[in-house]
Amino acid sequence: MERGINNERNGNQGLLRRIAGTGLSARLLLGAALIVLPIVTAALGRSYVVYLYSLVMVYVIVTLGLNILTGYTGQISIGHAGFMAVAAYTSAILTGRFGVPFSLALIVASLLAAALGLGLGVPALRLQGHYLAIATLGFGVAVGQLSASWDKLTGGYQGMKAPVAAILGFRFDTDLKYYYLVLVLTWLSVEAAQNMLCSRPGRALMAVRDSEVAAQAMGINLAKYKVTAFAVSAFYAGIAGVLHAHLTRYVSPYDFNMGVSMTLLSAIVVGGLGSVPGSILGAVFMTILPHVFSRVKNLPLILAGLSLILVVLFLPYGLVSLPLKIKSAALRARARRATKSGNA
Amino acid sequence: MLQLDSIDVSYGPVRALSGVSMEVPEGDIVALLGSNGAGKSTTLRAISGIVRPTRGTIVFAGQRIDALSPERIVSMGVVQAPEGRQVFPELSVKENLLIGTYSRRDRRRVPEDFSRVYTHFPILKERQAQAAGTLSGGEQQMLAIGRALMASPKLLLLDEPSLGLAPLITKQIFEIIRALNKEGTTILLVEQNARLALAVSKYAYILETGSVTLAGRSEDLLATEEVKRSYLGAGHSAR
Repeated sequence: MERGINNERNGNQGLLRRIAGTGLSARLLLGAALIVLPIVTAALGRSYVVYLYSLVMVYVIVTLGLNILTGYTGQISIGHAGFMAVAAYTSAILTGRFGVPFSLALIVASLLAAALGLGLGVPALRLQGHYLAIATLGFGVAVGQLSASWDKLTGGYQGMKAPVAAILGFRFDTDLKYYYLVLVLTWLSVEAAQNMLCSRPGRALMAVRDSEVAAQAMGINLAKYKVTAFAVSAFYAGIAGVLHAHLTRYVSPYDFNMGVSMTLLSAIVVGGLGSVPGSILGAVFMTILPHVFSRVKNLPLILAGLSLILVVLFLPYGLVSLPLKIKSAALRARARRATKSGNA
Repeated sequence: MLQLDSIDVSYGPVRALSGVSMEVPEGDIVALLGSNGAGKSTTLRAISGIVRPTRGTIVFAGQRIDALSPERIVSMGVVQAPEGRQVFPELSVKENLLIGTYSRRDRRRVPEDFSRVYTHFPILKERQAQAAGTLSGGEQQMLAIGRALMASPKLLLLDEPSLGLAPLITKQIFEIIRALNKEGTTILLVEQNARLALAVSKYAYILETGSVTLAGRSEDLLATEEVKRSYLGAGHSAR
């Protein structure tokens, strides 16, 4: 049984490697689509859809960050929206009240989120499983409550405005312009994660996830890698938080509540734990779902819950493993037919 | 090379080791025997720095290591292949071996050690791109030993390498252990299979409920009545 699962996982990785390998032309195609699609969409007058594209990518960044922590390192976080909130407010305050340039605010706010991740990661060393879940849950709730009740700093429940992002005098003042800013940062985030995960530190994280005892016996410093995973993950959430703030140009406690943290957790499970393409798929799926079915009240939530259950039951490695699952089912069917006709 | 002097280890209120003293001379294979729960794995954990002794000293190559971090101890050349193999199932065979090099400072010799591991375990080379979780038990044990070798150990700690393996595979593994020792690696071997362990080792210690009850040259222990009765099952097999 265990071997079967591992084979599936292994074949799955092989498939992904092949996709990445056929690589160049497919990736150029994807890149071209990502560049052209929003121009077409905007030309058709659907500016809101371009905004949705950006929103999806913001969620891709934070989902990827959470997957580094949970999927690759095996440490759960149920309060990840808290890191987004801290960075979003920080950037809105720095740029809006103090006139700090957007690019500087982006860096400072994301680093602040990373520092908080570091701070949460240290006590988390002593916690595992349920206890770590509760601790991170507490963090998420605390940030939400604090942002709602610290009126003077955050504008309380009314929220606060975030100015238009600008870099070197260039103002990203339309949905289309902002889209390209988000696209570049998303691309950088994905590349960075991919590189990190395929090299020494990435292997160490997976070793910690697979067997703490063996990792330690091989001279891997558990504390160092776990805390770093928290910090990197929070840094990703920070970038996403800042981008979210200047995308909607508004920050409120509702933007980053517990529901968002739960959505992020669902996204990595539905897309595929411990997989970069899985993070992207999961984020796209969970972000688009509510907008596609928004006409019927509560339907998106029901569908999200349903898809989570279905994935956990039938697709334990997430949507990303679907092509391989179909392929192996087809092979099995063919083998069955062959034996049948052979007997006849 | 390694000396333990009256080591005590407790897990909370439970005393796991009391007053364990032993010595592993350079270049030899030393066996540590005993039944389940006797404290064999705990002894290895204490040496690796994963649990801290509450009393006593551990000296390796003239330096006290009982207060050092596990990473530091590994980088000094004391490397463990833990019980139950504990390979990283979702990483490939090659990636598992690479993890073994994390504590090393001389990365230049890594290719050399790769070929050394692949000479001892040709099957690992064949399967280097395969996920470690898909290997058989024997192959996983070979991978666990190979991974430890990648850390270029001076002292190799093996925790029950025969656990759950077929007799034929066990024999193969023990031949490799002997070959590694011939190449100059000192080995501390924890085993339940006393007959095999005594055959391959020079000295042996027997642990019972956290204390050393017997120690000596392996060939002498093989002839001891008590060892025969309790660990070799001679009482049953005698005629």
